[in-house]
Amino acid sequence: MIPLLIYAGIFIAAFMLVRAIAGGMARTGFSSLKTVTFGDESAVLPDRRASIISILTLFFLWGSFTGSIIVPSFLHMPGPYLGQATFDYTVETEDGQTDDATVTYLVHPAGEDVEPPEVDPGEGFAVNDSLVITAYRSELARLDRNDLIGRDEGARIVAVDGQPIEPGGRVDTDRARVTMSTRGSLNITPDQGWQMEPIWLPPPEDVFDRLIEIMTDGFRNFTLWEHLGYSLFRVVVGFALGALIGIPLGYAMGLSNWFRGWFDPIVEFMRPVPPLALIPLVIIWAGIGESGKIILLFLAALWIMAIAARSGVSGVNISKVHAAYSLGSSKPQILRHVIIPNSLPEIFTGARVAMGVCWGTVVAAELVAAEQGAGMMIMVASRFQNTDIVILGIIMIGVIGFGIDMLMRWGERVLVPWKGRS
Amino acid sequence: MTGLAIKNISMRFDLPNGSAVQALEDVSMDIKQGEILTVLGPSGCGKTTLLNIVAGFLAPTDGVITLNGHEVRGPDAERGMVFQRGALFEWMSVRANVSFGPRMKGHREKQYGENVDHLLDVVGLQDFKDKAIYELSGGMQQRVALARCLANDPDVILMDEPLGALDALTREKMQSLVLKLWKETGKTIILITHSVEEALLLGERLIVMAPRPGRIHKEYNLPFADMGVDADLREVKKHPDFHTVREEILGMIWDMEEEIMGRTEATK
Repeated sequence: MIPLLIYAGIFIAAFMLVRAIAGGMARTGFSSLKTVTFGDESAVLPDRRASIISILTLFFLWGSFTGSIIVPSFLHMPGPYLGQATFDYTVETEDGQTDDATVTYLVHPAGEDVEPPEVDPGEGFAVNDSLVITAYRSELARLDRNDLIGRDEGARIVAVDGQPIEPGGRVDTDRARVTMSTRGSLNITPDQGWQMEPIWLPPPEDVFDRLIEIMTDGFRNFTLWEHLGYSLFRVVVGFALGALIGIPLGYAMGLSNWFRGWFDPIVEFMRPVPPLALIPLVIIWAGIGESGKIILLFLAALWIMAIAARSGVSGVNISKVHAAYSLGSSKPQILRHVIIPNSLPEIFTGARVAMGVCWGTVVAAELVAAEQGAGMMIMVASRFQNTDIVILGIIMIGVIGFGIDMLMRWGERVLVPWKGRS
Repeated sequence: MTGLAIKNISMRFDLPNGSAVQALEDVSMDIKQGEILTVLGPSGCGKTTLLNIVAGFLAPTDGVITLNGHEVRGPDAERGMVFQRGALFEWMSVRANVSFGPRMKGHREKQYGENVDHLLDVVGLQDFKDKAIYELSGGMQQRVALARCLANDPDVILMDEPLGALDALTREKMQSLVLKLWKETGKTIILITHSVEEALLLGERLIVMAPRPGRIHKEYNLPFADMGVDADLREVKKHPDFHTVREEILGMIWDMEEEIMGRTEATK
């Protein structure tokens, strides 16, 4: 909740600040003269200043809530309490005597080996205690164990820092929250601050260090490039096979009654089946090796490409076909010079969708079972709570997915410049 | 036996719901070699259907069409067609569009190059020959369509409202171009249009069709096409006969529309 409020606050503050300092977005060209922009979608352009601030804000929040070095320390959210602190508790015996004792506890970062602080036993039948607690953890302590009159002798703890406490109750002390279990033990939870524990969310520099490490040393016997390369290789091969079969199939369905009739039920049935639902069957049939994954991706791409090619044929303006016949074309010439070029925009759209689906499917398939690959990397890492590798993997998967889409769009611009302009 | 003969063409479309539409009923006409004929009629009179039958895209339910003595059975390069719009190939340059027909016949650049360049000159697109189709205006695109049709050297040119999507000024210029091309090439042309003026200006012979069922209503022989070849079309329009015939045809079509409306209302 707090990060969300801070995020919203930064959003509004940045908007106000940029407005105040630099004014509204400088409009250039034709849209600069438009007076009606609210409601005119074409006049709405992304304000790149907002984009930059948006990305910086994400890293700022990430760094701030993880105590990262990329954010100056005065902007860090309060971290977990580290160091030594004390609280008192009061013991009452069956016959009504009371005595106080002091608990001294030392909170230390995870991974450090520390000795409990030395304390004076103190006076009275309640003896002072000393504890060591790891940051972000809590400690259930039977504080009466060393007391001269303890739980076994009928005594019980009735107050913490002078505030009465009962089983199930709680008292907030200076540095810790103290709760009492139903059997009368105290559970001490030192202040955890607002930062995220590294095993849930590591700071950005940890992820970056891990990137370098996996790039050079690898993860599970394969470097990062090999993991990503395997995933990409599967996608490219699966998609290429799917396109190789799917596009001619789609053309045949668009050009022949028999083909249309024969494959319509199959394609229409397979289209709504999510490729992920095929993973178990593919594993049963082809195992978890390369061939299984490629078959899965082939199936994911096949129907999309077949449907794209079919709608590419049906989308051809009948006038073009008539014109080509009137100009003396034969059927093969119509296919070669009219139908195929005319369907290219549709095929490119289909290819973009298919590549996206394949990329998603390969990661999912690798999550289930694989020797190597981006999905396998993050799945195995998550089993060992290597959150940094998981985050790193997600970022890399996103970057590559984005790269694939950019590449497809570029290819579209170069190869079918007439798309949407006729 | 030269020329195009349309003999007793009838066309009935059977609808999925069991009823049928009589699009054409017993339409006959003879078109001489080198004649320019315009067909006019309210929407739904079957004029486009007739053109599609002549082009060979549709088979009539009854009747025969013969061109130069042989029967028309399907589309062929001897009958070129110019569409209203959208029939150009966007993935080819202007010149590649114009040379499409000869290339499909397997001709080499050496054989067709000169003629294609000449046609690009005639339609005034020599400077645009390497442009993409989508870079051209609507009028230019129609000029490409005309040149593409002529490059294939058909015996008959069928025009399905070729100027219908153009603005009024471009349309007038294109009408002159059509007349010029007709006179220069001596092609037989059948032009379908919605515009009474266009039908009068471009038709040596004008056929008015009536709807439901589509049939020939009246035929005119007109002097305006010949007059317009060398003259300004605006001058032709000032001719007193032009005005008289135009009013007569407009009245005729008006009555047809009224009749259709009346009939539709009666059935309701």
